[in-house]
Amino acid sequence: MNAEQTNFELINVSRRAFLGAIPAMGLILAVGFPRLALAADEPKYGADSMPHGWVDDPLVFVAIGTDGTVTITCHRQEMGQGVRTSLPMVVADELEADWSRVRVKQAQADEMRFGNQDTDGSRSVRHFFEPMRRCGAAARTMLEQAAAVRWGVPVAEVVARNHEVVHRSTNRKLGYGDLAVAASHLSVPSRDTLRLKAPAQFRYIGKGDVKIVDGPDIVAGRGMYGIDTRLDGMLYAVVARPAVYGGKVVSYDAGDAMKVPGVVRVVEIPGTPPPSEFQPLGGVAVIATNTWAAIQGRGVLKIQWDDGPNGSYDSTVYKAALETAARAPGKVVRNDGGVAAAMTTAARRVQAEYYIPHMTQAPMEPPAATARIVDGRCEVWACVQAPQATRDRVSKRLGLSLDRVTVNVTLLGGGFGRKSKPDYAVEAALLSKAMDGKPVKVTWTREDDIQHSYYHTVSVEHLEAGLDASGKPTAWLHRSVAPAIAALFGPDPKHEQPSELGMGLVNVPFAIPNLRIENPEAAVHTRVGWYRSVLNIPHAFAIQSFAAELATAAGRDPKDYLLELIGPSRRIDPRTMSDSWNYTESPVLYPLDTGRLRRVIETAAQRASWGRPMRAGQGLGIAAHYSFVSYVAVVVEVAVSAKGDLSIPRVDIAFDCGPQVNPERIRSQLEGACVMGLGNALLSEITFKAGRVEQSNFNDYQVARMDIAPRDIRVHLLPSDFSVPLGGVGEPGVPPIAPALCNAIFAATGKRIRKLPIGDQLKS
Amino acid sequence: MSTTLNVNGQSVTVDVPDDTRLLWTLRDVLGMTGTKFGCGMALCGACTVHLDGSPTRACITPISATVGKKITTIEAIGTDSVGKHVQAAWLDLGVPQCGYCQSGQIMAATALLKQNPRPTDDQIDAAMSGNICRCGTYTRIRAAIKQVASEGDA
Repeated sequence: MNAEQTNFELINVSRRAFLGAIPAMGLILAVGFPRLALAADEPKYGADSMPHGWVDDPLVFVAIGTDGTVTITCHRQEMGQGVRTSLPMVVADELEADWSRVRVKQAQADEMRFGNQDTDGSRSVRHFFEPMRRCGAAARTMLEQAAAVRWGVPVAEVVARNHEVVHRSTNRKLGYGDLAVAASHLSVPSRDTLRLKAPAQFRYIGKGDVKIVDGPDIVAGRGMYGIDTRLDGMLYAVVARPAVYGGKVVSYDAGDAMKVPGVVRVVEIPGTPPPSEFQPLGGVAVIATNTWAAIQGRGVLKIQWDDGPNGSYDSTVYKAALETAARAPGKVVRNDGGVAAAMTTAARRVQAEYYIPHMTQAPMEPPAATARIVDGRCEVWACVQAPQATRDRVSKRLGLSLDRVTVNVTLLGGGFGRKSKPDYAVEAALLSKAMDGKPVKVTWTREDDIQHSYYHTVSVEHLEAGLDASGKPTAWLHRSVAPAIAALFGPDPKHEQPSELGMGLVNVPFAIPNLRIENPEAAVHTRVGWYRSVLNIPHAFAIQSFAAELATAAGRDPKDYLLELIGPSRRIDPRTMSDSWNYTESPVLYPLDTGRLRRVIETAAQRASWGRPMRAGQGLGIAAHYSFVSYVAVVVEVAVSAKGDLSIPRVDIAFDCGPQVNPERIRSQLEGACVMGLGNALLSEITFKAGRVEQSNFNDYQVARMDIAPRDIRVHLLPSDFSVPLGGVGEPGVPPIAPALCNAIFAATGKRIRKLPIGDQLKS
Repeated sequence: MSTTLNVNGQSVTVDVPDDTRLLWTLRDVLGMTGTKFGCGMALCGACTVHLDGSPTRACITPISATVGKKITTIEAIGTDSVGKHVQAAWLDLGVPQCGYCQSGQIMAATALLKQNPRPTDDQIDAAMSGNICRCGTYTRIRAAIKQVASEGDA
């Protein structure tokens, strides 16, 4: 750790001494850690597989002031998942720090220093729990060593306890502040000598009584988000972007815009033709002395656009094309047994097709970023999930070396995958450059956000099953057709990639002997990107709806039938299901455990009193899904009136993510995922006509509001010890919601929903 | 063109056209960023302030319409006895996730509780459905409003 404030010299000496012993950062990571003792050509998993891996150096993450204040750096981005509380809490626990004396500092973008910072994939706590524990334990050990030296006693006689070190036999005590300087002179203990706490000794981990660190600021309006950045002399910009992906400016007339009071300048931003990756779409920017003036100026710009080849994209026409593709054989992505033969001998065949439209993340804070350039250095303030990607793209676009670009990460007012793509930060940097380095803030209006997003893919899922005389499935055929996210980064592959196939499609854990999964071709016509839980949304919707349809065909209870589809408890190596991805985790450490999947189903059913008598128009639906290496089952209760008005009185969610670091935030994530999942299912749809998004704001792009939210959401966390590794939390709650809801609607009304959003399909 | 506003009990003069929206005047001119932009069309409630005690969407309100009225923002709601209890309940129940919409939620909830100290579920729906939370904290918002109501301090 560093002794803060008065001891900068000592910090530097200490750092050199520490680094001097080991020549390079990359090597530090490899010292004494068996998991990394791999040959270069062996695959890496988990945090090891991510760019820049992980760092567990207390000198990087922990600073202790002489007043005893412990400052812990959080290198992952806060967007509502609670990471600025959860990861520092892990450090503080192993450090034996008093949480009331801990401050949290947000890291700038610097993956070489902090390890991977890309906050997506439900990975932050899963990948950094262990490194942060070691970080805290190493700092605690250094404090204990410093105290032992001070007292002249063996280190074994002292113990760190709640922000002080105690000499056991004499009960002498020294506070962390008193020891900070001396501890900073010591070298960091090697990883293999660290004593990690036994789980029973945890103070904060798993307890759920630590409040979020940003709470007091948030409720007083003091939380600083990307859109809140203010710098001296700052200008405000909005951008008119091409309505069609790949479109560009032919000409523009800024005459009227320049007459708007407050407008300072109008400049064109060059776009990047598809695949445009994280680069701006281009367009014409209006820069003004306040946001309102910039918006007014943009309103009177006259721009002639060239739409380009996507100008004919029509989502109604495209839906028909997806259906055609889904009804013919396609690229085989998993093939067990012989489906064709089993279908012909089946006693009964069932077929269904599901449609899940484009959606957009619509975080309540739209994309926003500020940049300034001084003396050939660019500094950015932005709400970004991927700070290193931001730094990299700004550096390349401005032609500055990486060390000349600083990215400060603010709070994110929601992310949901939208803010993994820092096109808006690149816009801010380009506009600052155009204004001779003056600070410029770019704000996306809601219309900008809804019409120029990176959209959730659109998908048709075609399923067929053959049942034997008892109703048991002997053959399963699933064709998934959806444009691929990889088209953002290179030539359109026209097929789902391993990270998309592995989101619940190929790794369907059903005990069916003949099972074939195909992925026919689909071309991309807009920016398709990650949306919370990503391809799990269509895959889970189709599979879990179809499972319930088969139960109906077999005349069986949907919960019992689902358990039979899953079959007995077993640990399935994902590679045996043609899943080479497995959320980047080791197939050995993270098999798909059907016992855990069965357990969440049984728990949700039991807690929801599955099978209880329901009145006419009421029903229960169940769905379960494995994603981000966690297990979720949901029971939704609905009531549908004779007129088709739907209400959702209660939802029960059973969740197994392995060990729970911050159970209180896990509950909040699942509650939120439930509400977002209901919004997806009931309301949200992006459509295209002539290449343009037809929706523009929350009037026509609808999301869940208070009046459709369940009044009662019960989250049941399955107990777990630390014998299994951690699972993801932020995303897994979303996928099972829509199918559980539609299964409940079927139970209540006999109407089967196969096309989302539900919209007015229930209205009579 | 200058306009004088009463913001959180202080008289302030701003030099922008009088059709400038209150939201951007607060945020960009006065530097009070607690009031949030969400939609610009009074569709999401993130910009909710109180105008003479009534919940008002600042994103569509020109400053000319606020002259002579008392504007209260999230920055000062803690000085109000109901607002203070709402903030405390929000923290107690861990309502915020990303927190961005919560300024508006707290302003809407405070206005509701000042006007109706013991709202029913349907009244909470009616008063709060104009405020979108994309993180989906609605069940906790409802519980926090009920907690304040049950404290009887409202």
